[in-house]
Amino acid sequence: MSAEWYAVIVATLGCYAAKIAGHSVPQRFLEKPLVQEVSDALPIALLMALVAVQTFAVGQTLQVDARAAGLCAAVVALMLRAPFLVVVVVAAAVAAGFRAVGWSA
Amino acid sequence: MSLTGSDPAIHWHVERRGILVNAVSVGLATAAYGVSFGAISVTGGLTVLQTQVLSVFMFTGGSQFALVGVLIAGGGGASAVATSVLLGVRNAFYGVTMAPVLRVTGIQRMIAAQLTIDESTAMAVSRSVEHDDGRASRLAFWSTGLSVFVFWNLATLAGALGASALGDPRVWGLDAAIPAGFIALVWPRLRDRRSWAIGLCAAAVALALTPFLRPGVPVLVTAVVAVIAGVTAVRQRAAA
Repeated sequence: MSAEWYAVIVATLGCYAAKIAGHSVPQRFLEKPLVQEVSDALPIALLMALVAVQTFAVGQTLQVDARAAGLCAAVVALMLRAPFLVVVVVAAAVAAGFRAVGWSA
Repeated sequence: MSLTGSDPAIHWHVERRGILVNAVSVGLATAAYGVSFGAISVTGGLTVLQTQVLSVFMFTGGSQFALVGVLIAGGGGASAVATSVLLGVRNAFYGVTMAPVLRVTGIQRMIAAQLTIDESTAMAVSRSVEHDDGRASRLAFWSTGLSVFVFWNLATLAGALGASALGDPRVWGLDAAIPAGFIALVWPRLRDRRSWAIGLCAAAVALALTPFLRPGVPVLVTAVVAVIAGVTAVRQRAAA
Protein backbone atom coordinates (compact mmCIF):
# COMPACT_ATOMS: atom_id res chain seq x y z
CA MET A 1 0.00 0.00 0.00
CA SER A 2 1.31 3.46 -0.89
CA ALA A 3 2.23 6.23 1.55
CA GLU A 4 -0.73 8.24 0.26
CA TRP A 5 -3.16 5.48 1.20
CA TYR A 6 -1.72 5.27 4.72
CA ALA A 7 -2.12 9.02 5.13
CA VAL A 8 -5.68 8.96 3.76
CA ILE A 9 -6.77 6.10 6.03
CA VAL A 10 -5.07 7.21 9.25
CA ALA A 11 -6.24 10.83 8.89
CA THR A 12 -9.79 9.65 8.10
CA LEU A 13 -9.84 7.49 11.24
CA GLY A 14 -8.47 10.40 13.29
CA CYS A 15 -11.09 12.83 12.00
CA TYR A 16 -13.90 10.35 12.67
CA ALA A 17 -12.54 9.75 16.17
CA ALA A 18 -12.89 13.50 16.85
CA LYS A 19 -16.46 13.49 15.54
CA ILE A 20 -17.61 10.46 17.56
CA ALA A 21 -15.77 11.66 20.68
CA GLY A 22 -17.91 14.80 20.73
CA HIS A 23 -21.06 12.69 20.77
CA SER A 24 -19.71 10.28 23.41
CA VAL A 25 -17.35 11.86 25.98
CA PRO A 26 -18.69 13.52 29.14
CA GLN A 27 -19.60 17.13 28.43
CA ARG A 28 -17.68 18.52 31.40
CA PHE A 29 -14.31 17.78 29.76
CA LEU A 30 -14.94 19.65 26.51
CA GLU A 31 -16.86 22.48 28.20
CA LYS A 32 -13.79 23.76 30.07
CA PRO A 33 -13.12 27.38 28.98
CA LEU A 34 -9.46 26.72 28.08
CA VAL A 35 -10.33 23.73 25.88
CA GLN A 36 -12.97 25.80 24.09
CA GLU A 37 -10.71 28.84 23.57
CA VAL A 38 -7.89 26.69 22.16
CA SER A 39 -10.29 24.85 19.89
CA ASP A 40 -11.64 28.17 18.55
CA ALA A 41 -8.12 29.44 17.86
CA LEU A 42 -6.80 26.18 16.36
CA PRO A 43 -8.48 26.34 12.92
CA ILE A 44 -7.52 30.03 12.54
CA ALA A 45 -3.85 29.35 13.35
CA LEU A 46 -3.53 26.20 11.22
CA LEU A 47 -5.41 27.55 8.19
CA MET A 48 -3.49 30.86 8.16
CA ALA A 49 -0.20 28.95 8.53
CA LEU A 50 -1.24 26.80 5.56
CA VAL A 51 -2.07 29.93 3.54
CA ALA A 52 1.38 31.39 4.26
CA VAL A 53 3.38 28.22 3.59
CA GLN A 54 1.45 27.19 0.49
CA THR A 55 1.92 30.68 -0.96
CA PHE A 56 5.59 31.35 -0.19
CA ALA A 57 7.36 28.02 0.41
CA VAL A 58 9.00 25.69 -2.10
CA GLY A 59 10.24 22.82 0.03
CA GLN A 60 12.34 24.55 2.71
CA THR A 61 13.03 27.75 0.78
CA LEU A 62 10.84 30.86 0.65
CA GLN A 63 10.08 32.61 -2.62
CA VAL A 64 7.63 35.15 -3.98
CA ASP A 65 6.14 33.93 -7.25
CA ALA A 66 2.85 33.85 -9.16
CA ARG A 67 1.11 32.22 -6.19
CA ALA A 68 1.44 35.49 -4.22
CA ALA A 69 -0.37 37.35 -7.02
CA GLY A 70 -3.03 34.65 -6.90
CA LEU A 71 -3.42 35.07 -3.14
CA CYS A 72 -3.82 38.87 -3.49
CA ALA A 73 -6.53 38.26 -6.08
CA ALA A 74 -8.24 35.78 -3.73
CA VAL A 75 -8.28 38.33 -0.88
CA VAL A 76 -9.79 40.98 -3.17
CA ALA A 77 -12.44 38.47 -4.30
CA LEU A 78 -13.26 37.65 -0.64
CA MET A 79 -13.56 41.35 0.23
CA LEU A 80 -16.06 41.61 -2.63
CA ARG A 81 -17.95 38.68 -1.03
CA ALA A 82 -17.33 36.33 -3.95
CA PRO A 83 -18.37 32.68 -3.46
CA PHE A 84 -15.74 30.00 -2.80
CA LEU A 85 -15.41 28.69 -6.35
CA VAL A 86 -14.96 32.21 -7.76
CA VAL A 87 -12.21 32.94 -5.19
CA VAL A 88 -10.30 29.79 -6.15
CA VAL A 89 -10.74 30.23 -9.91
CA VAL A 90 -9.74 33.92 -9.81
CA ALA A 91 -6.57 33.05 -7.85
CA ALA A 92 -5.63 30.29 -10.30
CA ALA A 93 -6.37 32.48 -13.33
CA VAL A 94 -4.30 35.41 -12.03
CA ALA A 95 -1.35 33.10 -11.20
CA ALA A 96 -1.58 31.43 -14.62
CA GLY A 97 -1.77 34.89 -16.25
CA PHE A 98 1.38 36.12 -14.43
CA ARG A 99 3.24 33.02 -15.66
CA ALA A 100 1.89 33.24 -19.20
CA VAL A 101 3.18 36.80 -19.67
CA GLY A 102 6.47 35.94 -17.94
CA TRP A 103 6.13 38.26 -14.91
CA SER A 104 6.98 35.52 -12.44
CA ALA A 105 7.92 31.88 -11.96
CA MET B 1 -59.47 25.20 12.01
CA SER B 2 -57.84 28.55 11.43
CA LEU B 3 -55.49 29.22 8.55
CA THR B 4 -53.39 31.84 10.29
CA GLY B 5 -49.67 31.55 10.86
CA SER B 6 -50.28 31.00 14.57
CA ASP B 7 -51.76 27.55 13.97
CA PRO B 8 -48.99 25.20 15.17
CA ALA B 9 -49.43 22.66 12.35
CA ILE B 10 -49.30 25.30 9.62
CA HIS B 11 -46.48 27.13 11.34
CA TRP B 12 -44.48 23.88 11.41
CA HIS B 13 -45.28 23.20 7.75
CA VAL B 14 -43.83 26.61 6.79
CA GLU B 15 -40.82 26.30 9.06
CA ARG B 16 -40.14 22.77 7.80
CA ARG B 17 -40.10 23.93 4.19
CA GLY B 18 -37.76 26.80 5.10
CA ILE B 19 -35.35 24.39 6.78
CA LEU B 20 -35.30 22.02 3.79
CA VAL B 21 -34.78 24.85 1.28
CA ASN B 22 -31.87 26.12 3.38
CA ALA B 23 -30.41 22.62 3.54
CA VAL B 24 -30.38 22.29 -0.25
CA SER B 25 -28.93 25.80 -0.67
CA VAL B 26 -26.09 25.08 1.74
CA GLY B 27 -25.46 21.76 -0.04
CA LEU B 28 -25.21 23.53 -3.40
CA ALA B 29 -22.88 26.15 -1.93
CA THR B 30 -20.50 23.51 -0.58
CA ALA B 31 -20.49 21.83 -4.00
CA ALA B 32 -18.25 24.71 -5.10
CA TYR B 33 -15.66 23.73 -2.48
CA GLY B 34 -16.12 20.09 -3.50
CA VAL B 35 -15.23 20.74 -7.15
CA SER B 36 -12.12 22.68 -6.07
CA PHE B 37 -11.12 19.94 -3.64
CA GLY B 38 -11.51 17.16 -6.24
CA ALA B 39 -9.53 19.09 -8.84
CA ILE B 40 -6.71 20.12 -6.48
CA SER B 41 -6.37 16.64 -4.98
CA VAL B 42 -6.08 14.87 -8.34
CA THR B 43 -3.76 17.41 -9.98
CA GLY B 44 -1.62 17.19 -6.83
CA GLY B 45 -1.07 13.48 -7.34
CA LEU B 46 -3.75 11.61 -5.38
CA THR B 47 -5.89 9.14 -7.32
CA VAL B 48 -9.56 9.73 -8.04
CA LEU B 49 -10.37 6.86 -5.64
CA GLN B 50 -8.27 8.30 -2.79
CA THR B 51 -9.88 11.69 -3.36
CA GLN B 52 -13.37 10.20 -3.25
CA VAL B 53 -12.59 8.08 -0.16
CA LEU B 54 -11.68 11.33 1.64
CA SER B 55 -14.97 12.98 0.72
CA VAL B 56 -17.08 9.96 1.73
CA PHE B 57 -15.28 8.86 4.90
CA MET B 58 -13.38 11.89 6.19
CA PHE B 59 -16.12 14.31 5.09
CA THR B 60 -14.79 17.49 6.66
CA GLY B 61 -13.52 19.99 4.10
CA GLY B 62 -10.78 21.81 6.00
CA SER B 63 -9.10 18.56 7.03
CA GLN B 64 -9.36 17.15 3.50
CA PHE B 65 -7.76 20.27 1.99
CA ALA B 66 -5.06 20.20 4.69
CA LEU B 67 -4.15 16.55 4.13
CA VAL B 68 -3.89 17.00 0.37
CA GLY B 69 -2.15 20.38 0.64
CA VAL B 70 0.61 19.13 2.94
CA LEU B 71 1.12 15.95 0.88
CA ILE B 72 1.39 17.97 -2.34
CA ALA B 73 3.91 20.34 -0.71
CA GLY B 74 6.09 17.31 0.08
CA GLY B 75 5.35 17.48 3.80
CA GLY B 76 5.25 13.72 4.30
CA GLY B 77 2.46 11.54 5.64
CA ALA B 78 2.91 12.18 9.38
CA SER B 79 2.66 15.98 9.17
CA ALA B 80 -0.20 15.75 6.70
CA VAL B 81 -2.15 13.43 9.01
CA ALA B 82 -1.45 15.50 12.13
CA THR B 83 -2.50 18.80 10.49
CA SER B 84 -5.61 17.21 9.09
CA VAL B 85 -6.70 15.64 12.40
CA LEU B 86 -5.96 18.81 14.41
CA LEU B 87 -8.24 20.74 12.04
CA GLY B 88 -10.91 18.10 12.62
CA VAL B 89 -10.84 18.58 16.41
CA ARG B 90 -13.45 21.34 16.17
CA ASN B 91 -16.01 18.75 15.06
CA ALA B 92 -15.75 17.19 18.54
CA PHE B 93 -17.08 20.43 19.99
CA TYR B 94 -19.91 20.50 17.49
CA GLY B 95 -20.76 16.96 18.66
CA VAL B 96 -20.92 18.14 22.28
CA THR B 97 -23.43 20.80 21.19
CA MET B 98 -25.51 18.46 19.04
CA ALA B 99 -25.64 15.31 21.24
CA PRO B 100 -28.24 16.65 23.76
CA VAL B 101 -30.42 17.91 20.87
CA LEU B 102 -30.23 14.75 18.74
CA ARG B 103 -30.36 12.17 21.59
CA VAL B 104 -29.42 9.21 19.36
CA THR B 105 -27.60 5.97 20.14
CA GLY B 106 -26.01 3.06 18.28
CA ILE B 107 -25.83 3.22 14.49
CA GLN B 108 -27.81 6.48 14.40
CA ARG B 109 -25.22 8.11 16.63
CA MET B 110 -22.42 6.85 14.37
CA ILE B 111 -24.13 8.40 11.34
CA ALA B 112 -24.89 11.61 13.24
CA ALA B 113 -21.19 11.85 14.16
CA GLN B 114 -20.17 11.52 10.51
CA LEU B 115 -22.57 14.35 9.56
CA THR B 116 -21.33 16.61 12.40
CA ILE B 117 -19.56 19.39 10.47
CA ASP B 118 -19.53 23.22 10.27
CA GLU B 119 -22.61 23.50 8.09
CA SER B 120 -24.97 21.01 9.78
CA THR B 121 -24.12 22.37 13.26
CA ALA B 122 -24.49 26.00 12.18
CA MET B 123 -27.92 25.36 10.66
CA ALA B 124 -29.06 23.34 13.70
CA VAL B 125 -28.03 25.93 16.31
CA SER B 126 -29.75 28.68 14.28
CA ARG B 127 -33.07 26.95 15.17
CA SER B 128 -34.62 26.77 18.61
CA VAL B 129 -33.55 23.73 20.63
CA GLU B 130 -36.32 24.30 23.22
CA HIS B 131 -39.43 24.89 21.10
CA ASP B 132 -41.26 21.62 20.29
CA ASP B 133 -38.45 19.69 21.98
CA GLY B 134 -35.90 20.85 19.40
CA ARG B 135 -37.71 19.34 16.43
CA ALA B 136 -36.67 22.16 14.06
CA SER B 137 -33.06 21.98 15.21
CA ARG B 138 -32.91 18.22 14.62
CA LEU B 139 -34.46 18.51 11.16
CA ALA B 140 -31.97 21.27 10.26
CA PHE B 141 -29.05 19.09 11.39
CA TRP B 142 -30.07 15.95 9.51
CA SER B 143 -31.29 17.64 6.32
CA THR B 144 -28.25 19.94 6.06
CA GLY B 145 -25.84 17.10 6.88
CA LEU B 146 -27.32 14.77 4.26
CA SER B 147 -27.64 17.50 1.64
CA VAL B 148 -24.01 18.57 2.08
CA PHE B 149 -22.88 14.93 2.04
CA VAL B 150 -24.58 14.26 -1.31
CA PHE B 151 -23.54 17.49 -3.05
CA TRP B 152 -20.01 17.44 -1.60
CA ASN B 153 -19.40 13.93 -2.91
CA LEU B 154 -20.91 14.49 -6.35
CA ALA B 155 -18.88 17.71 -6.68
CA THR B 156 -15.67 15.99 -5.57
CA LEU B 157 -16.14 13.34 -8.25
CA ALA B 158 -16.83 15.96 -10.93
CA GLY B 159 -13.74 17.97 -9.93
CA ALA B 160 -11.52 14.89 -9.72
CA LEU B 161 -12.59 13.52 -13.11
CA GLY B 162 -12.42 16.96 -14.75
CA ALA B 163 -8.94 17.65 -13.42
CA SER B 164 -7.56 14.27 -14.55
CA ALA B 165 -7.77 15.68 -18.08
CA LEU B 166 -5.94 18.97 -17.32
CA GLY B 167 -2.22 18.12 -17.33
CA ASP B 168 0.44 20.34 -15.68
CA PRO B 169 -1.22 22.08 -12.70
CA ARG B 170 1.23 25.02 -12.66
CA VAL B 171 0.22 26.16 -16.16
CA TRP B 172 -3.36 26.51 -14.92
CA GLY B 173 -2.30 28.24 -11.71
CA LEU B 174 -3.68 25.36 -9.65
CA ASP B 175 -0.81 25.64 -7.15
CA ALA B 176 -2.22 29.11 -6.38
CA ALA B 177 -5.69 27.63 -5.98
CA ILE B 178 -4.57 25.77 -2.82
CA PRO B 179 -3.70 28.84 -0.67
CA ALA B 180 -6.77 30.57 -2.14
CA GLY B 181 -8.88 27.66 -0.90
CA PHE B 182 -7.36 27.94 2.59
CA ILE B 183 -7.86 31.72 2.81
CA ALA B 184 -11.50 31.26 1.73
CA LEU B 185 -11.98 28.61 4.44
CA VAL B 186 -10.51 30.79 7.19
CA TRP B 187 -12.09 34.10 6.02
CA PRO B 188 -15.40 33.75 7.94
CA ARG B 189 -13.42 33.05 11.13
CA LEU B 190 -11.43 36.29 10.86
CA ARG B 191 -14.13 38.30 12.61
CA ASP B 192 -12.17 40.67 14.86
CA ARG B 193 -8.72 42.01 15.76
CA ARG B 194 -8.07 39.02 18.01
CA SER B 195 -8.68 36.43 15.30
CA TRP B 196 -6.58 38.42 12.81
CA ALA B 197 -3.77 38.61 15.40
CA ILE B 198 -3.88 34.83 15.92
CA GLY B 199 -3.91 34.19 12.16
CA LEU B 200 -1.12 36.60 11.23
CA CYS B 201 1.01 35.42 14.14
CA ALA B 202 0.60 31.80 13.01
CA ALA B 203 1.45 32.74 9.40
CA ALA B 204 4.62 34.54 10.55
CA VAL B 205 5.71 31.63 12.77
CA ALA B 206 5.17 29.12 9.95
CA LEU B 207 7.21 31.17 7.46
CA ALA B 208 10.00 31.85 9.98
CA LEU B 209 10.40 28.11 10.68
CA THR B 210 10.14 26.96 7.05
CA PRO B 211 13.92 27.07 6.30
CA PHE B 212 14.73 25.03 9.43
CA LEU B 213 12.12 22.27 9.60
CA ARG B 214 10.80 19.60 7.24
CA PRO B 215 7.88 20.76 5.05
CA GLY B 216 4.63 20.31 6.95
CA VAL B 217 6.13 20.65 10.43
CA PRO B 218 6.07 24.50 10.60
CA VAL B 219 2.28 24.48 10.14
CA LEU B 220 1.88 21.97 12.98
CA VAL B 221 4.01 24.09 15.32
CA THR B 222 1.48 26.92 14.97
CA ALA B 223 -0.88 24.84 17.12
CA VAL B 224 1.24 26.34 19.93
CA VAL B 225 0.02 29.80 18.85
CA ALA B 226 -3.55 28.57 19.37
CA VAL B 227 -2.70 27.22 22.83
CA ILE B 228 -1.05 30.53 23.84
CA ALA B 229 -4.07 32.45 22.50
CA GLY B 230 -6.40 30.22 24.52
CA VAL B 231 -4.43 30.59 27.75
CA THR B 232 -4.28 34.39 27.32
CA ALA B 233 -8.02 34.62 26.70
CA VAL B 234 -8.87 32.59 29.81
CA ARG B 235 -6.43 34.60 31.99
CA GLN B 236 -7.81 37.92 30.70
CA ARG B 237 -11.35 36.81 31.49
CA ALA B 238 -10.30 35.68 34.97
CA ALA B 239 -8.62 39.04 35.60
CA ALA B 240 -11.62 41.05 34.37
